[in-house]
Amino acid sequence: MDRMDGGDAAQVTRALGGDQDAFRALVERHSRSLFRLAYRMTGNEHDAEEVVQEAFLRAYRRLDRFESRANFGTWLYRIGVNCSLDMMRKRKTESSQRVVASGDDPDASDPLDNVASTDPAPDRMMLSAEVKEKVQEAMKALSPVERTAFVLRHFEGHSIEEIGKALGLGAGATKNSVFRAVQKLRQQLEPLVSTGE
Amino acid sequence: MNHLNEQELVEYRYADAADRTEAALHLHECAECRADYERLERVLAAVDAMPVAEPTADYEAKLWRALEPQLATHKRGFDWSAWREWLAPRRLVPIGAVAVLIVAAFVAGRYTHRQDNTTNTAGNGPQQPAPQQIRERILLVAVGDHLDRAQTVLLEISNAEADGTGKEAKGGEVDISQEQKRAENLLAENRIYRQTAEHSGDNAVANVLDELEPVLMDIAHSPSEVSGSELSELQKRIESQGLLLKVRVLDSSVREKAKTPALQPQPGTRGL
Repeated sequence: MDRMDGGDAAQVTRALGGDQDAFRALVERHSRSLFRLAYRMTGNEHDAEEVVQEAFLRAYRRLDRFESRANFGTWLYRIGVNCSLDMMRKRKTESSQRVVASGDDPDASDPLDNVASTDPAPDRMMLSAEVKEKVQEAMKALSPVERTAFVLRHFEGHSIEEIGKALGLGAGATKNSVFRAVQKLRQQLEPLVSTGE
Repeated sequence: MNHLNEQELVEYRYADAADRTEAALHLHECAECRADYERLERVLAAVDAMPVAEPTADYEAKLWRALEPQLATHKRGFDWSAWREWLAPRRLVPIGAVAVLIVAAFVAGRYTHRQDNTTNTAGNGPQQPAPQQIRERILLVAVGDHLDRAQTVLLEISNAEADGTGKEAKGGEVDISQEQKRAENLLAENRIYRQTAEHSGDNAVANVLDELEPVLMDIAHSPSEVSGSELSELQKRIESQGLLLKVRVLDSSVREKAKTPALQPQPGTRGL
């Protein structure tokens, strides 16, 4: 989401004046990076698409509140993080309700299972199926807040302060969320990657 | 320098450590910590190697086709969706309670201020606490009450047992729905009190509330029935951070502070 050139501000002004093509240009410019973020957070292609759509709709509705001095990409990104969090919480609630209702295994229909159906890049093919499965499980085991904090810190390289703002947490709590996420991933994955040396 | 603990290694990895040079020097000299750091890097490399779905070439066009008709129905302007969550009945109770307290603190301050002026004009009569002190005291009582309720939730989670002897258990699952509801209410209050404490520079209160927040968030967002391992995970978090003790200590210090008579003269207002 770092591709926030001066063009964004001009498109926002035009979109505010009712020019839908200008908003379309913003959608085209930012949708891929927003999709990648949403995918990392939700772990599911379908949910990521829904998140991106919802984020752009929210952004459109609030466009008049966007300050032209701010960075449109960053602003949109925050909306995307909130939409992803909402989606993860919704899925978690649905999953627990399903378990209560039917006694099913909550993992059986977890959206993260779809990850395996995507086409991995050749270098990523090196990851064994077992490790891949374990990584999915470990990521799935993180709470929505931990997962968001980890994705934003590890994959997106955001600062603790930025993540704290997006999550509504203080610096200490944000650092702790990143730490707990890494700690949980280590507990789950270290035996696996160590034996594979 | 002592060995780097797990948290220090993670902070070093993400350049969040206060003193990165010292940690770097230690890693250079200490084979044990270096091996630990390498293990951490291997885990993160495995996470990095996970495939990420790439949208199809016509993704932008498809997305726009889905968005365009909705833009017409979602006119720009007041966004109710953001407020809907905040105005949900479950949130209104704690938010309303906090708002009432803040208004009460303000009104009490105004009322006392008026009385205070009258007393000052008369030049005699009993000393009254300053309005600012009254407000602080009302807020301290409210924060004390909040910490009390948070303690109860933490205690109930800490003492819950997955074998059914402590809390109601169904097939190894523990029902924490009551604690969950209370944690959700406390979460909204906690945010407001933390921000107030941060603004007023009360770091002791802000720090503990800052640590309390993610734990309340985890409880609030857990399933209403948790497995033994999920419960033990929550318990470990409460225990490892010494959170219960911190909340208890702060609670008692806040209550002491609230009880302290605030009759010290205010500079420039009145002398003894």
